[in-house]
Amino acid sequence: MRALALGVIGLCSVLGLVGCSTSGTDAPEGSGALAEPGGPAAGTRDTDSEPTTLTVLAPASLTEAFTELATQYESLYPQVRIDLSFGSSTTLAQQVAEGVQADLFASAGTDALALLPERYARGGGETTIASNELEIAVELGNPRGITGLEDFTRTDLDTVLCVQTAPCGTAADEAFRAAGLTPTPVSREIDVKATLAKVSLGEADAALVYRSDVVTSTAVDGVTIPTEHNVSLTYPLVWFNAEPHTIGFVDLITGPDGRAALEAAGFAAP
Amino acid sequence: MMTDAAQSRQRDGVPAFRRRLAGSRAPLLTLATLGMALVVLPLLGLIARTDWPGLLTHLRAPVVWPAIRLSLITTLITLGLAMLLGTPLAWLLSRATGRLATWMRALLTVPVVLPPVVGGVALLLAYGRNGLVGAPVFDALGLRIPFTPLAVVLAQLFVSLPFYVLAVEGAMRSVDPRFDHVAATLGASPTRVFLRVGLPLAAPGIAAGAALAWARALGEFGATITFAGNLTGRTQTAPLAVYVALQSDPQAAIALSIAMLAVSIAVLGLLRGRWMG
Repeated sequence: MRALALGVIGLCSVLGLVGCSTSGTDAPEGSGALAEPGGPAAGTRDTDSEPTTLTVLAPASLTEAFTELATQYESLYPQVRIDLSFGSSTTLAQQVAEGVQADLFASAGTDALALLPERYARGGGETTIASNELEIAVELGNPRGITGLEDFTRTDLDTVLCVQTAPCGTAADEAFRAAGLTPTPVSREIDVKATLAKVSLGEADAALVYRSDVVTSTAVDGVTIPTEHNVSLTYPLVWFNAEPHTIGFVDLITGPDGRAALEAAGFAAP
Repeated sequence: MMTDAAQSRQRDGVPAFRRRLAGSRAPLLTLATLGMALVVLPLLGLIARTDWPGLLTHLRAPVVWPAIRLSLITTLITLGLAMLLGTPLAWLLSRATGRLATWMRALLTVPVVLPPVVGGVALLLAYGRNGLVGAPVFDALGLRIPFTPLAVVLAQLFVSLPFYVLAVEGAMRSVDPRFDHVAATLGASPTRVFLRVGLPLAAPGIAAGAALAWARALGEFGATITFAGNLTGRTQTAPLAVYVALQSDPQAAIALSIAMLAVSIAVLGLLRGRWMG
């Protein structure tokens, strides 16, 4: 635990991450609290032993990573409880705008940030924690020998894409435009999970989804898309105050353990 | 102590009792009004938010016409198949008394209570490329059922056929079996009894069942999107188009909803006027 905490501090000082540097006087103390996990050792402030609840809103794609990180943080600080709420980024941002109390908000893509009220910037901060990109999901072992985006123009294959109104559908159209291709899908599914399911159920030969969806599914294999035709999506993390544990959890997410959890879920570094 | 007669005389004579009777209707009226409002308010909302002057323009949005055409074609095929297969089934069930018939009725009720999405998954596992029936069909004929208009019809049949059979069976059961016996003793075959006795006498029930089944097929969403997918002009029926358009072109979605509402009311009105008096 100590190694972890030192690692976090090290990362903060080396990279000068927003979470460690922008939040005024509280930030170093928050990080300091991390170095003395839970114990009554010197330097621990009164507030650290008081029961605290952190409310964290995050997109569904971060479910596994954030659940693991919250458990880690709660075991470091038993007096802290982290309430996680997962959903569509747009819905969560609308909830914040309508007055739902939250300490942290992570979003898939930057579009939802525009929905946050102006006041979020006061006393908090923002950073990018991960990025995601499109990848082709194929049946295990790639039996149809799919190699790239051009296979989506073949009529002898059953390929599926997200509907144009879903973020993954917009990204797919962008990728095909960049590659100068006109895809011939048999269906445009209503969201990314429905699109992936058509391949994992064996009903379609290929689907264009996000890399994290491919990595976390045991029922499909992935075929990567060359960077020049790919479309990436960044995951911003916003925090609304500079309370020690808010900053502490931000530090954990942006630190090596956070990176490892996000990488395991298929996300690339920002 | 009073006798019953005396008690009732006293009640009749007391105006307060009448007031209480009138007053006791208020809770019923309140609940009934609330129930009616729950049904009518969303329809009013739809009508109020429609851009009437621009309705024709919105109806020309590229998503609208292919969806309406596909919905009309597939639901009419579904209705035809439901009547062709469902009427004999309803007739046999209405004349059966055994345990098998009880089980068949219970099975037919399943799609009625099943969430349509679950129905879609079940259809995929039956008719999909790896499905129980779908795999041998795909291997033998190279015919892939999901993502085709045929899948749309199968999804609609799955949810609407039970409605039809259960409604028609009810109507046929009320046809006195003595008519069948008389026809049979006069030498009519079972098929002839069905055609000449069962069908004409149950006609109003058949019309009601058909209307119900057609409306159910027209509104089918969950099983279709899960099993048939969503592709404009091929598997995107009107309800799917409404759902998708709502996120990009809300006025087109509303216009399409109004069109569906109008078509539904027109067909139900037509059926009612023609067969149900």
